[in-house]
Order: sequence, then structure tokens, then C-alpha cells
Amino acid sequence: MSGMLKNALGWIDDRFPLSKVWNEHLAEYYAPKNFNWMYYFGSLAILVLVNQIITGIFLTIHYKPDAKLAFDSVEYIMRDVEWGWLIRYMHSTGASAFFIVVYLHMFRGLIYGSFKKPRELVWTFGMIIYVALMAEAFMGYLLPWGQMSYWGAQVIVSLFGAIPYVGEDLALWLRGDYVISDATLNRFFAFHVIAIPLVLVILVFMHIVALHAVGSNNPEGIEIKKHKDEKGIPLDGIPFHPYYSVKDLVGVGVFLFIFALIIFYMPEMGGYFLEHANFIPADPLKTPEHIAPVWYFTPFYAVLRAVPDKFLGVVAMAGAIIVLFLLPWLDRGKNKSIRYRGPVFKAAIIAFVISFIGLGYFGMQPVTSVGTWFSRFFSLVYFAFFLLMPFYSTIGEDKYVPERVEEDK
Amino acid sequence: MVEQVEDKRRRLFLTAAATTITGVGAAYVAVPFLASMNPSDRAKAAGAPVEADISKLEEGQLIRVEWRGKPVWVLKRTQTVIAQLEGMTDKLRDPDSNESEQPESCKNITRSIKPEIFLAVGICTHLGCSPTFRPDVAPEDLGPDWKGGFFCPCHGSRFDYSGRVYSSVPAPLNLVVPPHQYLTDSRILIGSDGGQA
Repeated sequence: MSGMLKNALGWIDDRFPLSKVWNEHLAEYYAPKNFNWMYYFGSLAILVLVNQIITGIFLTIHYKPDAKLAFDSVEYIMRDVEWGWLIRYMHSTGASAFFIVVYLHMFRGLIYGSFKKPRELVWTFGMIIYVALMAEAFMGYLLPWGQMSYWGAQVIVSLFGAIPYVGEDLALWLRGDYVISDATLNRFFAFHVIAIPLVLVILVFMHIVALHAVGSNNPEGIEIKKHKDEKGIPLDGIPFHPYYSVKDLVGVGVFLFIFALIIFYMPEMGGYFLEHANFIPADPLKTPEHIAPVWYFTPFYAVLRAVPDKFLGVVAMAGAIIVLFLLPWLDRGKNKSIRYRGPVFKAAIIAFVISFIGLGYFGMQPVTSVGTWFSRFFSLVYFAFFLLMPFYSTIGEDKYVPERVEEDK
Repeated sequence: MVEQVEDKRRRLFLTAAATTITGVGAAYVAVPFLASMNPSDRAKAAGAPVEADISKLEEGQLIRVEWRGKPVWVLKRTQTVIAQLEGMTDKLRDPDSNESEQPESCKNITRSIKPEIFLAVGICTHLGCSPTFRPDVAPEDLGPDWKGGFFCPCHGSRFDYSGRVYSSVPAPLNLVVPPHQYLTDSRILIGSDGGQA
């Protein structure tokens, strides 16, 4: 570093802890050296968040949050604004990409025990991010003011109406009108572009601060802080920068390759990323023949439909999200990583994945009695996975966990 | 020493008092923000009654009138349809409309003031989709027992010709009959029952 730069840095460091923050979170943040490809999804989630914020800002430049103008302004962006179609597809594809990345990120945490002591709060902050993300996606989906936007919002806001006593008033307060209307569109716009993104950014900050305080887990589930050298550096740790910053750039390259393929060749993804009915303007007097939420909500929607009672259905759906929060306290296993867990826990993870994907599939389909029975079965498996975890999570867990990341194998 | 304890007690009191007052203040300030999200005066005014002209309504015809942004159906039923309402009872969840919402004047088997004219808010009591009018008898998709009525495409709820919900479908209640009154034989005011209720 040249003398002048060094002086400038010194000048800043005397007034703002630039080097300190850089070192604490990048150059001297020691991450386990055995991260595999599953560890790409954390940094990819940040990448997608940045993509959503930047494309979102440019969309608001042309979009009009008004029930009379909204649909046409989206079509205007698609047809008349220079590169508008690209920015809009980056945003709409980004929404689905966000959930793909986040689901894989959560799955990684689940199988390697990254939610377990001392990382309970990392998981909790992550879960709050997930819920905020669902709210963000739901409100964003109303903005194009198509048929699916309208009736999807109608169904979801009606869910609040199922709460005893206060439900109807709460739904009215959320809508700001007796039906989904201009008032609803305008406030969802406000929440979508400023309120929830702010909350998301703050939560991501807390998620990372908590992670960097306790240190990253790894595929072996070994605490690398147990073995440090004389300088206090974990023996199995390597500095995040440059080792993982460079590695993550490779992941970014692969991700962007796939992301671009989707944006350019299948931005609607056959109706899964952008539903066909949403290319028809909202009509409050006519419901589309078949309404289903976007794919990332369908597992929970299937749980809702599996219960033949309005209130209990909503309770089950909320419960399916609440049990995820409780995960760190439901799992009583000693070992973190699936590599050292008992066969029952491994089988349970497989059953859980199948039921989650199964619920997602049936949540997209029109109601049939076969679909309903499958949804009921998968819902039972889903809840059993979590609620029985305190009993089965320790069974057969006697495998020896190595002390160090690369012990003789 | 004594003075120090006294000091600590005062400090605790001041902290508690300041926190409480700030909390109360914050709660009061929250009110206008939360209340601003309620339906505005304009939205409430748009909830005013609307008129429907039924002079040209033919038997079996259904028209939609927009009231508070919701579809309100006005259906003219045939005598055959009215006659079959009695026989539906065992298929329905709330045949006598005890749990459901309707003006007192419509709490009868036809759920209407005049038996042939049926009014309902066309919003499913389950999750708010708008059911479709299915007058066809025993169509393929609804099965041989279907005698005509309303079918919600979203989650499969079924309603008979007076908007009464079938049992074993997701919708918990009969369709809502809005308050309404006859201004003349051919003009209905929807949204107001003339102060009867």
C-alpha cells in the first residue's frame, strides 16, 4: 500500500472503525475450511436481495400504485420503457430465485445442525427474515393488479378474517376498504417498497452479526473454536477474505448463468413464476376458475386446504410456520451434522423433504379428493417431523464425532 | 451510605416514571398512525346504498350489481326452483340460516323478501372468491345430485338456489344476503333496509 493510501486509511480509522469492521467480518473472520457447495446460498441470498432492491428502485420510477393505472403501467414498463422488460423480469424472477436460494439455505442449516446451540438466534433471525420475505413477496404480487394479484390478496387477507372476534375488523383494517381496492394497493405498495425492505436489511444485518459472534458451522458439525493456535486463531479456520469471498464469486457466476437463462428464455416459467391469469386485469366481480398462490407458498396453502374447517385450517397453516421457529429446541440430538446422526433422524429428514415437496405440489393443483387426502397425509408427516423430534432425535446417535475437521479417515 | 441508598431509590423512581410517561406518549402517538389505515371517509361513503332496477329481469336470469366494490347478485327464480328448496334441508349445513348473515325479513326458506327475487353478496364465505352461477342440472363436473345453484371454483364450496351452503364443503356459512328494500315493485335499494333491522 502506498504511503498516501495508508495515511488516508489511518485518518479514517481514527474517526471510523473501517479496518476493524473489515477485519472482523472479512479478512480476519475465520470460517471452517471444509465448507461445501451448500454454503453458497447465504451469500447468494444477499446477492438476490441486492438485485431486488436495485431492480425494485428502477421499477418504482415507472410504476403507478393506483388501481386504475397499475396494470397498464406494468405493461408500459414491459413494452415502452427502454430495457423495462429486463428490469421487470429480473425482479419477478428474482422473487422466485430468492425463495429457491432461501429454501436451500434453510435445508443446509437443517441437515448440518446449524440451528443448534450456540446458533439458536442465528436460526431465529433467519426465520424472521423468512416470514418478512413472505410478506414482502405477497404484497409485491398485488402490485401488477392482475386477476391473480387481486384474488390471491382477497384469499390471503380473508385468512385474517378467520381469527375469532377481532378477525373481520383486522381484515378491514389491513385492506383499508370493504374489499381489496385502490386503498389496499396503495398501502401494499408502501409496505413493499420501503417498510419491509428496511426491516429485511436490518434483520440480515442482525443475522450476520449473530453468525459472526458465534462463528460458522460446517458440514462436519465441529466447533472449530475448540482448537486454536497460540494467536487464538482456529486451527481449522481460514480467513473469509480472500478464501471464501473468491469461492463465493464462483457460486455467483454459476447462479447468474442459470438466472440469466431463466430471465431470457423462460421468465414466466410456464406459469410458475408469473401465473397466466395475472396477465388479465383485476376484475372484482369475477374469480378465475382456479386460483393458487405462487409456488413458494403452496406447501402452506396445501396445509390450509387439507383441513375441512375455516379457522382450524388457518391455525394449521400458521402452525406449519411456527414449528420451524421452534426447531432449535425440538432437536435434542448431541451431534450437529447429519453425518453423525442416527438412522431415525436421517429417515425423518427424508420423510420431511418428501412431504414438503408433496405439499408444494398438491398446493398448486385444483381441489380433488385424492389431492386432499395426500395433502392430509403429508401435513401429518410434516407436523410429526417437528413435534416428535424431541423423542426420536437422539435414537441411535452414538457415532463418534472427530475433534478436528480433517482427522484421519 | 444512607444518602446513597436514598439516591438510588430516587433514581429508580425517576427511571420508572420517565419510562412510563414515554410509553404512554408513544401509545397515544401510535393511534393516529394505526387509525389512518382504517377505511377512509371516502371509502365509507362509497359503501352507500345502490339501486337495482329489476323491471327487465326475466325468470332464471341473474344480474350483478356492484355494492361496496362487491358483486351483489339479483336472481329471479322460477316456481320450480322455489318449490325444490324445501327438499334440500338434509344436504345443508345451516338450512334455517340460524348462523348466517341476512336481514331479519329474509330469515326464511327462500332467504328473500319476495320468494322469486333472491339477492346475495356474491362472495364465498370461505376465503372470498366469487362463486359461479350454475343453473345446469346434474352437469358432469358437479355430479348427478346437482340441482342448480352456486359453485365456488377456488375451494369447491357449493350453495343451493337460496345461497345456503352444503355440508362437507369448506365454506362455513350461507352466502350473505345484503340489507335491501323495495322502493317500488321494480326498484330495489341495496345496502339499506329502511331502518327495519
